[in-house]
Amino acid sequence: MTISFLLLAAITIIGTAAAMTLKNLVHCVLALTLGLVGLAALYLELGAQFVGFTQILVYVGAVAILAAFAIMMTRSAIPTLSNAESSFRASGSLIAVLVFAVLAWAVYTGTSKQAILLAPPEGSVAQVGSALMHHFVLPLEVIGLLLTAALVGAAIVAMDEPRAKQTRGRQ
Amino acid sequence: MSPLTGYLLLSAFLFSIGLAGALTRRNAILVLIGIELMLNAANLNFIAFWRYGPHPEALTGVMFAIFSISVAAAEAAVGLSIILAVYRHSRTTNLDQLNSMKG
Amino acid sequence: MSGSLLAYANDVDQIFVLAKHWLLGYVPGPLEPITSAILSVVPVMLAFPLLFAITTVLERKGLGRMQNRYGPNRTGWFGILQPMADGVKSLTKEDIVPRTADQLVHYLAPVVMVIASFLAYAVLPIGRNMVIANLNAGVLFFFAIGSMVELSVFMAGWSSHSKYSLLGAMRAIAQMISYEMPLVLSSVVVIMAAGSLSTVTIVNLQAGYTGIWPHWYLFTPWGIVGFVIFMIAATAESNRCPFDMPEGESEIIAGYFIEYSGFKFALFFLAEYLGMFATSAMAITLFLGGWAAPFSFLTWIPSYIWFFAKLLTIIFMFIWVRGTLPRLRMDQLMNFAWKFMLPLSLINIVGAGVWHFMPAGFVRWGAVSLLLILSCVLLSRGLRRNKWFHVRTYRYAT
Repeated sequence: MTISFLLLAAITIIGTAAAMTLKNLVHCVLALTLGLVGLAALYLELGAQFVGFTQILVYVGAVAILAAFAIMMTRSAIPTLSNAESSFRASGSLIAVLVFAVLAWAVYTGTSKQAILLAPPEGSVAQVGSALMHHFVLPLEVIGLLLTAALVGAAIVAMDEPRAKQTRGRQ
Repeated sequence: MSPLTGYLLLSAFLFSIGLAGALTRRNAILVLIGIELMLNAANLNFIAFWRYGPHPEALTGVMFAIFSISVAAAEAAVGLSIILAVYRHSRTTNLDQLNSMKG
Repeated sequence: MSGSLLAYANDVDQIFVLAKHWLLGYVPGPLEPITSAILSVVPVMLAFPLLFAITTVLERKGLGRMQNRYGPNRTGWFGILQPMADGVKSLTKEDIVPRTADQLVHYLAPVVMVIASFLAYAVLPIGRNMVIANLNAGVLFFFAIGSMVELSVFMAGWSSHSKYSLLGAMRAIAQMISYEMPLVLSSVVVIMAAGSLSTVTIVNLQAGYTGIWPHWYLFTPWGIVGFVIFMIAATAESNRCPFDMPEGESEIIAGYFIEYSGFKFALFFLAEYLGMFATSAMAITLFLGGWAAPFSFLTWIPSYIWFFAKLLTIIFMFIWVRGTLPRLRMDQLMNFAWKFMLPLSLINIVGAGVWHFMPAGFVRWGAVSLLLILSCVLLSRGLRRNKWFHVRTYRYAT
């Protein structure tokens, strides 16, 4: 348990805990960004460079901005009372604590006697690229189709409905 | 306590934080953020097992994490656009008030 | 005689590396990694803000001369002490924060932007063996850090709680996200040709010569198109004219940093220019051969001199374009990005693939050039909405 792991884990936990508990929604999104950057740093610590930088590019550069835009377009940025109180606070937290207890027990009993690999593996970008093109080419193509369908669908769902009855007075 | 156990515990903790957020917060966008957090915790699990487990040269963990990030981004886009459409219809994103299927 | 001259030129070329190793010899063992990091980072953090100061003067003088007037010429000879005057002004100005602004986010926005701009210099090779971090996925790191700038633009625009800053931030983010795609795709051709995402590898592959001509990726058809797309997208990413609608000084005053004054404004200014330099340096690394000399008989000039010479040339081109072209409207800008630059960069990738698999010679030059010119002409006609193959007519305002 090196110092770098503890520091990055602390940053990630602080960011994500703040993301789930703050009242101001834009602050939540910014705290989530901090947590995700902490996670990307953990991926770099584990030696997966490509995944770490992809995480920053996708999550910080796109998903966080998307969430922020959605918050502003749905006018949830104003801290109202309905954002603050939550009806299932006690039972929801209890369920989350129970889930964490079960997972932690499973992790302890499952990995305490496992032999782990201590030499860092080589996950260079060239190997990732050749794996994508040879072994994982079918998931790659399916992901391309999935992303296209998802983005076109998202654009159509979020578009303004055509106001057919509006008079075209200016033309 | 091996490094692998540390990473797995962190991943379990992040998962439960995301689950708590998704269950307790009333704003639809925050529930979506909680779901994103759960997906990220699972990604950390994959990468930790790739690093410390057998056969890291197969790159399975890294591949799975890359595809999981792509799918999560697509799902966030679609989810947020649905929330926008629902807001346009009923002028609220509070899940307590979105409790009837009647349009 | 020439052997010792070559050795002398090599020493001058590697002078910073040798100085760093000499200084590291005086440091005890455990402190060596952190001292090495500090010795690598501090010169870069000093050199590029100095270049920023020089660029502010060059830009104002250059723009002034293009507009048939003198630039600043009161402070020192030919205005050369103007950056000092600007620095003193921005440090002593009152820091006004709106009362309804979100204090923490308002404070953090320029900080995040400056951090992101400085981080991008970590993977740029400034000279032979002179890179801060030789990352395996260097180019990806650069674009990932570049995407953090958009987040800070949003923070700046939203935290000021002002209509104009929010509007400017939305426009700026839309523009930056739209132009990020051609930027990344036009660098994919170089990654394909080099076979690696590491900037050091990409530059080393361009440092060879056939006869006297260099192996720069600029001297290939897909390289030229890729370079042009990259530079246009870099202009849009840095919000420079002709893409400076988000900070158009004549209409929305300052866009997303309208509520910032004093030192925070100076930080935003610094971050914007540093981003411009970083993107130019990445263009130099990818297309113009990095620190490599243009002709094989000029390799005795040190590598960092070539890097900064190329960087200054590109900065001059930026200033020239700013003084010449009018501003694009928002919809023109978006149309240009999505309907012209993105398809062209995808076709560029196809062209680079065709280039790779054809045998060397005039045939592949002709084939790839024909593909790219044809697609460029057809796409630009397609942007003109139903006016395919029409004679171009001009209307003047009456």
